[in-house]
Amino acid sequence: MATELEMPGVKNQGIEEGPVGVWGMVIDQDLCTGCQACVAACSMENNVPIVGEEDANYGRYMHWIRIERLWESTEFPEVKMTSFQPMLCQQCHNAPCEPVCPVYASVHSVSEDLNLQVYNRCVGTRYCGNNCPYQVRAFNWWDYQDERIHPELVTLHNQMNPDVTVRRRGVMEKCTFCIQRIHKAEDKAKSEGREIEDGEFTTACAQACPASAITFGRLDDPESQINQLAEANPSRGFHALEEVRTLPRITYLRGGV
Amino acid sequence: MTTAAKPLARRHAEEHEDLRQFIMHDPLPRGKMNAMAMESMHATSPIFWVVTAVLAAIVVFALGYEWYILIMKGQGTAGVTRPDYWGVFLVNTVFWIGISHAGTFISAILRVLKIESRRPFTRAAELMTTFGLVQAGLSIFMHLGRVWLVYWMFPIPNERQIWPDFHSPLMWDLMAITTYLLCSTMYLFLPLIPDLAMARDRTQGGWLKPFYKILALGFRGTEGEWKNLVTAMNIFAFAIIPVMFSVHTIVSWDFAMASRPGWSSTVFGPYFVIGALHSGMAAVAIVLFLLRSTMKYYDYFIRAEQFNTIGTLMLLVSMAWAYFYFNDYLVPWYGGDVWDKLVQEYTEKGSLAYLWYTMLIVNIAVPWATLWNKKWRETPWLLAIVGLLINVGMYLERYIIIPVGVTINRMPFTWRQYEPRIEIPMTIGTFALFLLLYMIASRIIPLIPVWEVQEGQEAHLIRKIGKAEISTLSEME
Repeated sequence: MATELEMPGVKNQGIEEGPVGVWGMVIDQDLCTGCQACVAACSMENNVPIVGEEDANYGRYMHWIRIERLWESTEFPEVKMTSFQPMLCQQCHNAPCEPVCPVYASVHSVSEDLNLQVYNRCVGTRYCGNNCPYQVRAFNWWDYQDERIHPELVTLHNQMNPDVTVRRRGVMEKCTFCIQRIHKAEDKAKSEGREIEDGEFTTACAQACPASAITFGRLDDPESQINQLAEANPSRGFHALEEVRTLPRITYLRGGV
Repeated sequence: MTTAAKPLARRHAEEHEDLRQFIMHDPLPRGKMNAMAMESMHATSPIFWVVTAVLAAIVVFALGYEWYILIMKGQGTAGVTRPDYWGVFLVNTVFWIGISHAGTFISAILRVLKIESRRPFTRAAELMTTFGLVQAGLSIFMHLGRVWLVYWMFPIPNERQIWPDFHSPLMWDLMAITTYLLCSTMYLFLPLIPDLAMARDRTQGGWLKPFYKILALGFRGTEGEWKNLVTAMNIFAFAIIPVMFSVHTIVSWDFAMASRPGWSSTVFGPYFVIGALHSGMAAVAIVLFLLRSTMKYYDYFIRAEQFNTIGTLMLLVSMAWAYFYFNDYLVPWYGGDVWDKLVQEYTEKGSLAYLWYTMLIVNIAVPWATLWNKKWRETPWLLAIVGLLINVGMYLERYIIIPVGVTINRMPFTWRQYEPRIEIPMTIGTFALFLLLYMIASRIIPLIPVWEVQEGQEAHLIRKIGKAEISTLSEME
């Protein structure tokens, strides 16, 4: 599908629309060891600021992925904890964060079929963060990357990923399924005149996971690894907060069953 | 046993003594009343200037310096954090919109229903609407992460070719508040025209003379002008009532439309409207008490009957609010959602439960225990204290709904309690600005709609039917 762009000063060029691939993830809670390697890898890949002890303790950590673990019972001798649960943006098909944004900063992309946050368009109403049932959106409370305003907060001096935007204060951000990697793979496949193969690339969190608990791949390919994983474990698979009907794209495989 | 001789009839001076306590039966000559209204504007004591200076200093510090810090450093200076993305700034917004409701309610609904005791205080209430909305708008701007881009929310054609998203409840909110601000300002202005003309005719030069001259729109008091004015006011009085109800309903949709436990409730619309009236009525009581005790001659205009009217309304609204609050519990209980239950448990038993108990006491117990008594309703200071307590309670109610309510969400891992930081001085700043605007207005425009009082006094007559003296009211229109 090609649409005509109607913009003053821009020649009418057709732009391609329509999904290039539908991406998904399977997270096996039996394999997850809670080592936080995915958290570190994601922060490095996506220029996620490190906020410091005090702010992190107050809930202002900016990680796009976090490892959750909760007490099930604290009564001795039945002390029990839940399995580790890496929680990141579920890339909902029916995302609650999207309709509430007054300026279209939280949008659903057509070609990648992902929930995207357009940083430049965000005015910081924080409605999306409020409406996200998974609480995976991170708000830039300070200018973490501007040495003129908060020199003490700038921690990532020479290790920025040039493929990823640096966000300023007052902007909401969240997991993008490493969209820069998706685009790189798309470009490569396009130049070679083929479709992207499953497993050709993966996200930073999946790449870093030493236990291979996180698997990333194509949802629209029935032969893909994630679809096979989900089919092989029908009794263990579930979506987080299924009752909210957000139709998330991440399948968890229940641990400890 | 001797029997003292009693006069058969009361002496002339004592005649109508019972009815004279009502301002409508205690008329003054027109010129005298106008002079009183004008003099109350000009009689300025040194205390007034001291208070004004203090308020102005607070406003400059809180809304100037502190806001500058907030904008330049980011929302990190505020207390908002991961589960509590919305904090005290939005509490202030809802609170001030609530305050702004009473103005229209009193002025429009009591005007439409022809409640005569409203006449002296409609203007004071209408000013609350406009000044309250100013605070509400400022609070929204404080809340935004990038407030310098707020115009992106306005539907203006732009080079980015992006229209605001009208799916978002925030856009409905913006439209509703803007509509309400425009309507209520016009509704404030219309009944002000004859008084501005009066002030224009009684001002000898000075910087205010041209101000009155322009704003009075050349009003001379001819038959045709009055007819047009009354028609316009009638249209506005009827039209603004649905606008008033819609505004707070739409504000409540900011919360009710979100998929958050504790918020997603259909009862929020009417519940917020009643809540707004509850705090607004109470605020009118406070303002009337302050006006009566500080402004010269205002004990003539604002009397026991006015406080009685407000007190009765406060009691009525308090009962309605209690019903809706009960409903707000009944519906989630019937629904049986586990997350709703957790939110309720947290507000009742959590570490901030004392806010909840305080709210119930000052919003329900205090008005029910005091306002049933006519003597107490007619005591200005008592009514002002009850009003103050109700406003504290209504502020707590919004605080419980927003930062306390969102602490509990569907991800227990992120549960965290919110604590306000830079919000505290900035909240004080909005209160100071509200009072400051009121004080400035009290020097510029008559806070009493003099012509309305005079109109009412002309319509009221005391007639004798047999030995009974009764008050009669003739239709003016």
